[in-house]
Amino acid sequence: MTLYLLCFALFLVGLYGVIAKRDLIKIILSMGILGYAVNLFLVLVGYRQGGHYPILEGQNPVPVMVDPLPQALVLTSIVIELGSTAMVVALAIRLFQKYQTFDISKIRRLRG
Amino acid sequence: MMHPYFIIIPLCTAFLITFIAGKNDRIAIVLSLLATSIMLAIALVIYPGLNDRCLVYEMGNWPLPFGIALVLDSFSGFMLVVVLLLAVTSLLYSMPYLEMVGRDWKYYALFMLMLAGMCGVVLTGDIFNLFVFMEIGLLAAFALVAFGCQAEEYEASFKYAVMGTVSSTLILFGIAILYSSTSTLTMAKIAALLPDLSPKVVWGAGALLLAGFGLKSAIMPFHAWLPDAHSSAPAPISAMLSGVLIKALGIYVLVRLFYNVFGAPQLFMQIFVLLGLLSIIIGVLLAIAQWDMKRLLAYHSISQVGYIILGIGLGTPLAILGAVYHLFNHALFKGLLFYNAGAVEVALGTRNLKRMGNLIRALPIASHTSMVASLSIAGIPPFNGFFSKLIIIIAAIQADRPIAALIAMIGSILTLASFMKVQRYGFRGERAIDKVMPVGWGMNAAMIILALLCVLSSLMIVPGIKEIVLDPVVTVIAGKTHYIQLVLGR
Repeated sequence: MTLYLLCFALFLVGLYGVIAKRDLIKIILSMGILGYAVNLFLVLVGYRQGGHYPILEGQNPVPVMVDPLPQALVLTSIVIELGSTAMVVALAIRLFQKYQTFDISKIRRLRG
Repeated sequence: MMHPYFIIIPLCTAFLITFIAGKNDRIAIVLSLLATSIMLAIALVIYPGLNDRCLVYEMGNWPLPFGIALVLDSFSGFMLVVVLLLAVTSLLYSMPYLEMVGRDWKYYALFMLMLAGMCGVVLTGDIFNLFVFMEIGLLAAFALVAFGCQAEEYEASFKYAVMGTVSSTLILFGIAILYSSTSTLTMAKIAALLPDLSPKVVWGAGALLLAGFGLKSAIMPFHAWLPDAHSSAPAPISAMLSGVLIKALGIYVLVRLFYNVFGAPQLFMQIFVLLGLLSIIIGVLLAIAQWDMKRLLAYHSISQVGYIILGIGLGTPLAILGAVYHLFNHALFKGLLFYNAGAVEVALGTRNLKRMGNLIRALPIASHTSMVASLSIAGIPPFNGFFSKLIIIIAAIQADRPIAALIAMIGSILTLASFMKVQRYGFRGERAIDKVMPVGWGMNAAMIILALLCVLSSLMIVPGIKEIVLDPVVTVIAGKTHYIQLVLGR
């Protein structure tokens, strides 16, 4: 249970960063933390206390196995996160070229 | 089994374009237009035959609870037709539009990737697969919003990207909760297992998924990114985003999950009604004050999505019929309005309504089709918007919610007011304008096609046509967890 609570705390840290920070780079990092928290949650979901790796050796069955599917999901979601982080970083670079600042309170041409 | 092709064709076209069309944009145009037309033809051919059937394609021949399946029922087929119809006209429109902005084959490759994402989301029967396709579509959409390389476009795209990524994280969290309690990712299997579990699972996962997909479909408290992103994108992309992307990635998934998987829990239906009413009224109030034409249209998307969500939340078969019909109509007239705004932007170089004037002589096709679209969105009788809004309002009265009906009516009147403003200042103003930049034939063709469809689709409610076109979709949605038997029990 403690692990789940810590994982949720990490999630909240990420959410706080996205909402409260004013710096583009810090927002991008917070998005990363948010993603890590969810990935960690997925791995925790698949974990079994005292579990074995899910490979059958010979004929003797393993009593408790770790669920391998969430790990596959986490791999996929890490790749997706890589893609979206690269996209957002590229946008941040272009924004800096146009506005000469990383401060979102100064990047405000769209309003209304 | 045609439905894997809806994903294979756009993905292959996107990669073919990047390989072949390095120097020559013509190839990119021809390839993408050909691919979308073929897909539209396939979708139109298979849709009438779907009826109550549900075609399941098991990828890699893995049997269902274990493998990933593509599920094509009437609701998916209907969404495919809407998406592809708008995609074809959007590509037609893009040809001359991009020549003026600066032609680029990358645009077409990204467009096809976005299309692949949308078709994948609509077709898949696996909840994690849905997440992956959603991300493909979204990443392409972020890039397309920033395609014009102006400072405002980067700003809008960054906002959209942050919001999109946060909402995707919430969705993944919700999927993780569903998986942890059911140990499966197939939507039909989750639906079959959920009734035996504690309702807290549905509340927890439902809240996260509602927030996530609510952000994607820009329902009221989650709407902040939409006016920026949709007004900054190139006009054909605005039409795609406002017309179909928020529906395929947002509303379709909300309906599929909350009806077919969760079985329409009463709590969430009440929330849908509330959010729908909030979106209708606040969206239109924000829209009426705008002078930037595309921004005004973008705020109207929030308001019109509110009608769909209201219909979904009411939950009676009549309300669902209205919601599905309004979804189709909104895709048509909002696409058309964005095309009009793009044509004016090309011709006059401005989006500000105050700087437009009488365009009837200069841009006859754009101003006449904009009249059709304005009357449709405002709900004036012979056009399609009238019928769908009327059905939703009647359904609200029948469901014993007179206040909801009243708010929907007020929203409709305010919509009429704001489109009178568009017509008064934008297309039929006092200052006659004669000399403008010419708009290409592709743009005119796209506008004429959509205007004709706006008029013709009001026939969809006529008995006889309604049974073929709309009723199967309503059956799928109102059947709630009957979806389980359709997918698993073959």
